[in-house]
Amino acid sequence: MLSEENLKKIEALKPRFQTTQALTLPVLWMIQQQHGWISSEAMQYVAQLLNVPVSHVYGVVTFYTMYNQKPVGKYHLQVCTNVSCMLNGGGELRDHVCKRLGVKLGETTSDNRFTVTEVECLGSCGTAPMMQVNDDYFENLSLEQVDELLEKLN
Amino acid sequence: MNMTEFEKIILTEIPNLHKIDVYEQHGGYSALRKVLGMTPDAVIDEVKKSNLRGRGGACFPAGLKWSFMPKVSSKPKYLCANGDESEPGTFKDRQIFEYNPHVFIEGALIEAYAIGAQMVYVYIRGEYKKWIDLLQVAIDDAYQKGYIGQNILGSGFTTHIQVYRGAGAYICGEESSLMNSVEGGRGYPRVKPPFPAQSGMWGCPTTINNIETISNVPAIINRGWEWYSKIGAPKHPGPLLYGISGHVNKPGVFELPTGVLLTDLIYNYCGGVKNGKNIKAVIPGGSSTMWLRGEELEGVRMDADSLKAVGTSIGTAGVIVMDEDTDVIKVLTRIAHFYHHESCGQCTPCREGTGWMEKILRRFLAGEGTLQDIDLLLDVANNIEGNTICALGDAAAWPVQSVIKKFRGEFEKRAKKSPSVTRYVKPPHLVEVTAV
Ligand SMILES: Cc1cc2nc3c(=O)[nH]c(=O)nc-3n(C[C@H](O)[C@H](O)[C@H](O)COP(=O)(O)O)c2cc1C
Ligand code: SF4
Ligand code: FES
Repeated sequence: MLSEENLKKIEALKPRFQTTQALTLPVLWMIQQQHGWISSEAMQYVAQLLNVPVSHVYGVVTFYTMYNQKPVGKYHLQVCTNVSCMLNGGGELRDHVCKRLGVKLGETTSDNRFTVTEVECLGSCGTAPMMQVNDDYFENLSLEQVDELLEKLN
Repeated sequence: MNMTEFEKIILTEIPNLHKIDVYEQHGGYSALRKVLGMTPDAVIDEVKKSNLRGRGGACFPAGLKWSFMPKVSSKPKYLCANGDESEPGTFKDRQIFEYNPHVFIEGALIEAYAIGAQMVYVYIRGEYKKWIDLLQVAIDDAYQKGYIGQNILGSGFTTHIQVYRGAGAYICGEESSLMNSVEGGRGYPRVKPPFPAQSGMWGCPTTINNIETISNVPAIINRGWEWYSKIGAPKHPGPLLYGISGHVNKPGVFELPTGVLLTDLIYNYCGGVKNGKNIKAVIPGGSSTMWLRGEELEGVRMDADSLKAVGTSIGTAGVIVMDEDTDVIKVLTRIAHFYHHESCGQCTPCREGTGWMEKILRRFLAGEGTLQDIDLLLDVANNIEGNTICALGDAAAWPVQSVIKKFRGEFEKRAKKSPSVTRYVKPPHLVEVTAV
């Protein structure tokens, strides 16, 4: 489930915390980074690895919005529509992206390339509107720039 | 204070300051060296006298908070640095990670020394992957140079810095929720007391400060408390990172003394309102703070006491400007949606009340709200405020209370005249979610 490199990283992290439970979030990040999402097998694996109940891992996965409980597309488009973005066209950006890709929020395109979600403030209010694509921020977006960006992502 | 004399200490103009050798060339880590020759009490005293107050929203005096930590403890002690930065309208800590990570690292080491923490956890929101990586480079460099780790600079003091990545939850910025998150659990706030200094991480003494608060510390040590306490507003001194967004021409983060005029920020630093329009409303300190009407801005200064005097608060100094054409009910509905989405669900008033407020506001957007709904909305907000485990409940209630107070006319104009028919509105998580 996890690469040798990640297993080594986990060993190095252990002395930094009083319990192995503290590694729940970091280990879930590693799972998601390798597999793109967190399956129930993965949750069982994490529970065993850290010696914590599966229910604990499940509780954590479902509490935090960034852990994907089902597979997402190759590019996860996360559009902010909170206040500062909203005032600068975040809602239009969201609708435009959905329309162009022919999906509703939370859905993935049939070629599995794009998943679109709406997210809360991402700390880019001064460069609104914006969206996050996987780990990267794209800020001060015009609809034309979004079109160009979507063309480039293949 | 004359702005031309003001010298930035965090977001300075020095190029490449994120690199450790550049930071050192400009006096970096000299405050740490100085502190290692002082007693921890003397360091706390210096910070106390400087009057540095927390930049995470509550303005709590930093030195006083540090002094709550037990001097002698059979358990390890911890420092948590709060970089969750999820309050809508706030985007300042991110600039520190990017442009001056070492001033934060140096400040954290000084604080760890003062309170006797053997470990510093830096909690950063999960979306900030890029900034987590940037900070990690800086931390690795500081380890290399012997500023972090065993026996720092031969002083006998040992501490470590560990970054902890969040995973998408506004509530984890609340200090006790943050600790539960670092313990690897759900981010549920804890009932207080006990306060973190008595029982924090794994029940051990812990202090939590915001990233910007910590980044002020090296300058206080280098220049002394007297110098620092004279910057800006006397009771809330120092440089402040103001983040201005919304309908302004040049939004951004500006480092200026506390107590600048709000109108100065908007018209001089941000180039005024887009398309030369008038201002309808301003949120002065992040989405949790009470709104001001456009007509109320004249003479208002951006510091804790001045904003309190006009019925709101400085919060995170994240100013959101709305022009005359803004639909304030739509904006408020978006804010209500946010708090409903982010409520952790532990307390009934917050879990249910935030949903009810959103529902009622959506009725107004749909042209279905009634005059009675205005009072119902206010009633729900009043019943959340003060009745919850953490301040998210208050944060959800305040914007609603203030917008009804200041823009009641807008609700009345939008209200349907006939009495309301109660109808079932699907909660937003069941409908296809479009925030507003
Ligand atoms: C719902 C909620 C969210 C919060 N989010 C943050 C945050 O993102 N960053 C932060 O520094 N403080 C946040 N706080 C405030 C913290 O609880 C705490 O007061 C602060 O980190 C202390 O640091 P300071 O004294 O240096 O300001 C939040 C509080 C609440 C109630
Ligand atoms: S006030 Fe809301 S967010 Fe805070 S503990 Fe209660 S339910 Fe959770
Ligand atoms: S409101 Fe969109 S990034 Fe803050």
